[in-house]
Amino acid sequence: MSQVTVLRPREIPQDRVDEAKYNFNKALSEKNIDLPPQNIETLQINITKLCNQTCLHCHVDASPKRKEQMDLESVDRCLEILSSNKSIKNLDLTGGAPELNPHFDYLVKEATKLDKHVMVRHNLTVTIDGNPVTGETKEYLPEFYAENRVEVISSLPYYQEYFTDKQRGKGVFEKSIESILLLNEQGFGKQGTSLELNFVYNPVGAFLPASQENLETDFKRELHKKYGIEFNNLFVITNMPINRFKQQLKRLGAYDEYMEKLVKAFNPSAAQGVMCRSLISVSHDGRIYDCDFNQMLEMDVIIDHEPMTIFNFDYEKLVNRRIMFGSHCFGCTAGSGSSCGGATT
Amino acid sequence: MEYYDSKDLKRFNEVGKFSEDLMKKFFDYYNAAVGEDGALTKREKALIALAVSHVKQCPYCIDSYTTQCLESGADPEQMTEAIHVAASLEAGITLIHGIQMHNSLERNGAL
Repeated sequence: MSQVTVLRPREIPQDRVDEAKYNFNKALSEKNIDLPPQNIETLQINITKLCNQTCLHCHVDASPKRKEQMDLESVDRCLEILSSNKSIKNLDLTGGAPELNPHFDYLVKEATKLDKHVMVRHNLTVTIDGNPVTGETKEYLPEFYAENRVEVISSLPYYQEYFTDKQRGKGVFEKSIESILLLNEQGFGKQGTSLELNFVYNPVGAFLPASQENLETDFKRELHKKYGIEFNNLFVITNMPINRFKQQLKRLGAYDEYMEKLVKAFNPSAAQGVMCRSLISVSHDGRIYDCDFNQMLEMDVIIDHEPMTIFNFDYEKLVNRRIMFGSHCFGCTAGSGSSCGGATT
Repeated sequence: MEYYDSKDLKRFNEVGKFSEDLMKKFFDYYNAAVGEDGALTKREKALIALAVSHVKQCPYCIDSYTTQCLESGADPEQMTEAIHVAASLEAGITLIHGIQMHNSLERNGAL
């Protein structure tokens, strides 16, 4: 007698269930919203996943154990793209801690020579900690940033130790304050200098951020009163329900509640301002994505059946692409909106 | 039989099943009083509501206003102070009734 194999129904991956349940494309079409790319003003490069910190919410899953680094050939290719595309005015460097890429200083200096506005997502503590793998010091960073007139954008989840250390690790608040004071010494965030120092707030848990305006007032008052710190703007960002933060939500049994909150807070005018309409994101290996979150979800930009990379970069094709959306995009369109520059409304 | 299921908070509207109009009036009043900036900020209102929730010992409200406090920018230190205000008021309210006890002792010729 022949043996009959009974196949069990295949289990649908949880991510696909989540995508179907929280359908961003459907939300757009129900509101009759189309979000084509506008232009590319910013080239955002994730040049390393190595970081001296291991933050609870990090969508990159960055840590001292990561090894991914953009190589010199790719860095040079990015510089060529910046040089030959005048409409790209900004270079936005992120990671990990971007300063831990061995070609970081070179990239900043060369981009500055090209007259590009360079922004660095600087975690503050790397100045104090140095490279967690080689032990190399990074104490020169505040001066280096001042010399190259870099816009420094730094995560500071709260103006007090408790929330900051809970999200970013024990001792991070104290080191962050030390590092901010070094930036202030160079003139960053001070009136009368054009050296910009902006902070990024994102909630420490499964809740939406308070208003950017109110939090900025609190941050300025409290940080100045206690430490004499000055800075320019506070960017308020919503936590993206992907990777490490999504796992945390699932662990807490709060994922659905959080997603329902984001969906309920969907704001069509915030959707108009989403950053993927004017930015492209590049990974350490040169692949191109609609944003840093899509990059972490490996949602490659595919044009003419080929992944778009820095090596087959085509500006016209990129501005005519369809941006890929997923359930995580509700994070950028909730309430006042969320982007690398804070609220979008 | 279980009491106080956190999912029940989402069913609050159902209380209006037999008097929809009164429930609507309540929600309009509630949202205007608590959910908007006025002479008090939303954060101040959320901290007051959190304190009242503790006094009234309503688990729905404690969940809801803990989140509201966080989403309006308050921190655990401020939230803890708010419930200490509530607790000290409760203690004071208990103790001030001691005067009532003294009055009664007096009437009984015991004071």
